[in-house]
Amino acid sequence: MISAQLPALQVVVPLLAAPLCLVLHRPFAAWLLTFVVSGISLLVSVALLGQILEQGVIDYTFGGWAAPFGIAYHIDFANAYVLLIVTAISTVVSIFAKRSVASEIEAHSQGLFYTAWLLCLTGLLGITITGDAFNLFVFLEISSLSSYVLIAMGNDRKALTAAYQYLIMGTIGATFILIGIGLLYMLTGTLNMLDMAQRLVAVADSRTARTGFAFLTVGLGLKIALFPLHLWLPNAYAYAPSAVSAFLAATATKVAVYVLLRFMFSVFGIDFALGAMPLSTMLVVLGSVAVLSASTVAIFQHNLKRMLAYSSIAQIGYLVLGVSLATPAGLTATLLHLFNHALMKGALFLALGCIAWRLGSVRLGDLGGLGYRMPWTMGVFVIGGLSLIGLPLTAGFISKWYLVLAAVERGWWPVVLIIIAGSLLAVIYVWRVIETAYLGKTKEAVSGTEAPLSMLVPAWLLAIANLYFGMHTELSAGIASQAAMVLFGGQP
Amino acid sequence: MRDNPVLRIVAKIIIPVILLFALYVQFHGDFGPGGGFQAGVIFAAGFILYGLVFGTEALRNAIPPGLLRFVIALGLVLYAGVGATTMLLGSDYLAYGALAHDLIGGQHLGIFLVELGVGITVSAVIVTIFLAFAGRNDP
Repeated sequence: MISAQLPALQVVVPLLAAPLCLVLHRPFAAWLLTFVVSGISLLVSVALLGQILEQGVIDYTFGGWAAPFGIAYHIDFANAYVLLIVTAISTVVSIFAKRSVASEIEAHSQGLFYTAWLLCLTGLLGITITGDAFNLFVFLEISSLSSYVLIAMGNDRKALTAAYQYLIMGTIGATFILIGIGLLYMLTGTLNMLDMAQRLVAVADSRTARTGFAFLTVGLGLKIALFPLHLWLPNAYAYAPSAVSAFLAATATKVAVYVLLRFMFSVFGIDFALGAMPLSTMLVVLGSVAVLSASTVAIFQHNLKRMLAYSSIAQIGYLVLGVSLATPAGLTATLLHLFNHALMKGALFLALGCIAWRLGSVRLGDLGGLGYRMPWTMGVFVIGGLSLIGLPLTAGFISKWYLVLAAVERGWWPVVLIIIAGSLLAVIYVWRVIETAYLGKTKEAVSGTEAPLSMLVPAWLLAIANLYFGMHTELSAGIASQAAMVLFGGQP
Repeated sequence: MRDNPVLRIVAKIIIPVILLFALYVQFHGDFGPGGGFQAGVIFAAGFILYGLVFGTEALRNAIPPGLLRFVIALGLVLYAGVGATTMLLGSDYLAYGALAHDLIGGQHLGIFLVELGVGITVSAVIVTIFLAFAGRNDP
């Protein structure tokens, strides 16, 4: 019985936990609940993936209303894979959050912080799992509103402006998405994505469909932080609490990319999205500019969280390049990078969280000699950094390899060059940190100042995952290619 | 405004009516216009009027912030709990039919509880928002 209810439990468990967390209010209890619920969500998503491997797709209807009329969840390889990423990252980062949040947020707000965390998790899982376009928008708002709160809780006063900036941009994005969904509803008379896809075939060649598609793409572009709609992201990640930077960087934009893929491939269909509309050309140009410009800007950042934020924008460029190739191989590379990038950015932001916990600052100038004072923390940073560059035996290499192969297959050599140039730029900004940490002068003579174990263990878990998935690709690349096949099959 | 007897007395007369009307909108939502959100806002309006006339401090004494937080959570738990109950009874999430012996009775009960949850949370949230803005200059 419980196996049939898993799709609902995936969203309902964190949703029910959020008000409980609000009532508990005590920091430790709230944290424990968040951790346990993230863990349960992870187990549910693993079980869902197991069911998908057995039977292909899962359909779940709410309140006994059949699919095109009621809200239905439709789970296939693509969203089961994203669910796994989101829940795994939330679990690992929530272990880390205990000490990190205790040092960055006042005790009386910590209960609210974890409530917002659970709501954000609910929203992200809901966006991913749902098969209903309007339900998707509702969950998008839940996750967005709670992430504004999470970002605003950063201990720098600039966190407030960063959250406000994100609020304005995010709301514009959400409005565009809503207008897009509204136009599609007007055209097809349905909100169920499967149904919408079938009805769109007949009316795709209309101005309404094209306008709806444009609104959706631009709105999601804002949520993804696709160049040139990325301006909210650097500040939001830089001033948010460390745990939030890690959580959002590894999940929020990934989920938005998933939504874009879902609408492009499953609802509009590849012929419309990349054939009739000039999206492929736009994505390849914007993706290339994102990779080159954001990587270059990252080199000149002094705040390391800001540096990683710009690097994230560049990574989104890679994701978009994979989509623009319009081949199963390109899409596989995108989905694989979705997973691998979550691992590497998660590890890097957790390492920075450890540094922030110890030093109270993540400015490059304060890092002198840190490689000897905090060897384990810097170890995570080095592994994450190498993965970001794409060195062989790390997860980053695998996704770049797939991406380059996919570009070669299409014969897009300039794209190959851009990917390599982006990696070289990543070498520069990662090396700046490593050089300062290992070869720079220590400011004061302090010894034995490693971060606590409850922060190091999750950071190392992600670092080891970077190495593991750099050598064993059956799981990550296997599911990514299955998911790409499902998306290319036209139907979700 | 606290020293104006007309305002104070009119407010004291009108607040119970507002609250009663909110309950009417809440529970009559089954048969006419109304429902949880509207009722919640009207219910909160009674509290806000109290806060405006007698001061936010008096409003805080009437409903302490800790209680408000509890009430916000209560409504959501009620809503999601109805869904969880139908799941425990062997149906899908929010399939109200499982709540009673017959489908219509179950749907009535289910919608009643869900709308009550919405009303409770909305009224508490609106009062919280009012207090957050009105209490900005309080120490």
